[in-house]
Amino acid sequence: MLPSLTRLQRYYLLYTGGFLAFVGALAVLERHGMPPRWIGYSFLVFTILMYAAIGIMSRTSDVTEFYVAGRRVPAFFNGMATGADWMSAASFIGLAGTLYLSGYQGLAFVLGWTGGFVLVALLLAPYLRRFGEYTIPDFLSARYGGNLIRLVAVAATILASFVYVVAQIYGVGVITSRFVSLQFEIGVFVGLAGILVCSFLGGMRAVTWTQVAQYVILIFAYVTPVAILSWSVTGNPVPQLVYGQVLQEVRQREEQLFASPAEASARHLYRERADDYRRRINELPDSLHKERENLTAKINELKAGDAPMREIVGLERQRHDLPPDPQQARQRWETAMLAAAERAAPPVHHADAFPGDDAESRWKLRINFLALVFCLTVGTAALPHLLMRFYTTPTVRAARESVFWSLVFILLLYITAPAYAVFAKYEVFTHLVDIPIAKLPGWVAAWSKVGMIGIEDINRDGILQLAELTLNPDVIVLATPEIAGMPYVVSGLVAAGALAAALSTADGLLLTITSALSHDVYYRIMRPQSSTQLRLVISKSLLLVVAVLAATVAAQKPGTILAMVAWAFSIAGSAFFPALVLGIFWRRATRAGALAGMLVGVSLTLYYIFRVEFGSIPWLGLDGLHMAPWFGVQSIAAGVFGIAAGFVAIVTVSLLTRAPPQESERFVADLRHTPRREEP
Amino acid sequence: MPAGAYWRKTRRLTFGLLAVWVLVTFVLSGFAAELNSVDFLGFPLGFYMAAQGSLFIYLALIWYYNRRMRKVEEECGIDDE
Repeated sequence: MLPSLTRLQRYYLLYTGGFLAFVGALAVLERHGMPPRWIGYSFLVFTILMYAAIGIMSRTSDVTEFYVAGRRVPAFFNGMATGADWMSAASFIGLAGTLYLSGYQGLAFVLGWTGGFVLVALLLAPYLRRFGEYTIPDFLSARYGGNLIRLVAVAATILASFVYVVAQIYGVGVITSRFVSLQFEIGVFVGLAGILVCSFLGGMRAVTWTQVAQYVILIFAYVTPVAILSWSVTGNPVPQLVYGQVLQEVRQREEQLFASPAEASARHLYRERADDYRRRINELPDSLHKERENLTAKINELKAGDAPMREIVGLERQRHDLPPDPQQARQRWETAMLAAAERAAPPVHHADAFPGDDAESRWKLRINFLALVFCLTVGTAALPHLLMRFYTTPTVRAARESVFWSLVFILLLYITAPAYAVFAKYEVFTHLVDIPIAKLPGWVAAWSKVGMIGIEDINRDGILQLAELTLNPDVIVLATPEIAGMPYVVSGLVAAGALAAALSTADGLLLTITSALSHDVYYRIMRPQSSTQLRLVISKSLLLVVAVLAATVAAQKPGTILAMVAWAFSIAGSAFFPALVLGIFWRRATRAGALAGMLVGVSLTLYYIFRVEFGSIPWLGLDGLHMAPWFGVQSIAAGVFGIAAGFVAIVTVSLLTRAPPQESERFVADLRHTPRREEP
Repeated sequence: MPAGAYWRKTRRLTFGLLAVWVLVTFVLSGFAAELNSVDFLGFPLGFYMAAQGSLFIYLALIWYYNRRMRKVEEECGIDDE
């Protein structure tokens, strides 16, 4: 074991050195005039070739290798691979921006996505490894018996994983189109190729070793820009240590800004705009007619008088762009009203927890924060693509240790993200806000053009107020190198890191979906007698089909897909967590109980999300089902109800049904190393 | 070692650490606004706990669990694979 371990570590050290040398070489080439576009291409080609090389080297035709990497992955490397598997495009690109925009409230993601690993370590990983099969449905079916629960588990796995994988491929499209100016759809299929080179030939084995390689790139890419920023602002290159001071400076600046009359006037104007939209919505459909008539009257007046053509065309376009019917007008104006109201809202200090004018609004924020943390932690401990990774270690002890290493590697990113947000805020407050709009730095215009930054001088004073600036959360990570005036090679590095984050997560998810279909559905349910060779052929073909399907969906740019990822945690949590945990810790849990718990949990979560978020399914003719959230809990934390209902359902139904059969008793006894209680 | 000792010890350890976890994750975060009035290393304490402190406690919990479990398994003569 030991010699191979050091050999592995030597390989990866060599690889890291090679990557750093590559980045250094590009930095030198950039000094000598290499155009940014070529730097982007170099990163894309170099990293994908690396992953492909690892994928080809780890090709396999062995089932255990394909599904669980031969159970030979040392704890340290499994931790790294889990880190890459876990940290998705959303963590890499979106998290720092979310923290920028929502301050303390955003830390629910940091807490939830790390705290979940304690649950994994204490409640699940060792037992899954001791069981030692291939998938999560395997475990549930072995514990509770029967194929029905396996099918329910497969359905829940696909429900939670498919949107997630689509979002990763979508992320790849965004990154490649932005940094190497490929067309979005082509970028998506480049991503598809990047995913398939890792997973197709070598399954879990290849995915594991590329994930380790991807982790190295992603963490390096994430920390570098903020370390440089920290160095230039505070003189200390360890941002996590020093951003407390910067946070204090941000707070002082906030005090000034929040009190400034210019800010107040901008907010007041947005408030008026929001009120105006509300009035118009209330007066629908008359308000729409009136607006059209007003515009027509104005156009005619201008035409009669000798007004310049440009003005008339402008008004005609305005009339043309009016919503065609009251329903669309309502939708569009509601969006506009919410956007204006958001800008009009009194600003909040970055570090303030649960701010609000009255006890009720503070309480609501607190409840939502805790509910979200709960869903994310439990969801973390229930997402099949993460739990699968703990089948790949050689021993139970290594499984436990690999959870520790996973958290170490994940922590590196999650303690950097809040620092990232604070440094970005500092930069925005010092170099953007209160600056004449004509003198804003060049990158602002570049990112406004692609819709990531919005600037509107609503009070027409020619100066940018905080309320007049809107930022897409993704822009924080993507544009920080430019914001801080770093060379383009850093931007290329960030792109390579984001790509690694998206690809590694997509690999893991894809493999999870594939094994649910090929191992659980095909082999366990349909053809238990099929040869291992056939099983592998089926797996690989399914992998291809699912990957192409996911890429096709991603290429449609589905708008809601990104929001749906956040719900995956609630869905996975309510489907799996109660059944898995009670399956291990409560002998009395029965098959009927587990089935009831899974179905009730997922149904309640989906029901809640649907009624709070949508309220209508046009193609089913359902409408008007919108409901007020329970206790003010947002749909992203729908799992609070689903998970609780899942536990309650399992306990109640289990107690109402006959105690589980002897095989289940024996299964639990083996998991716990307690003596089997044989019936006489 | 009496039969079942391994599981009893494991269970006690698991639930003990879980209680700490609940305390840190939900009780402490629930009072973040109050904690924020305390200064810690230049950070408001509530913010610091959610951004770094709790994360280190999580890591310590897992580390401690692994260490104890190694001991328990040694004592009970359990060796998986």
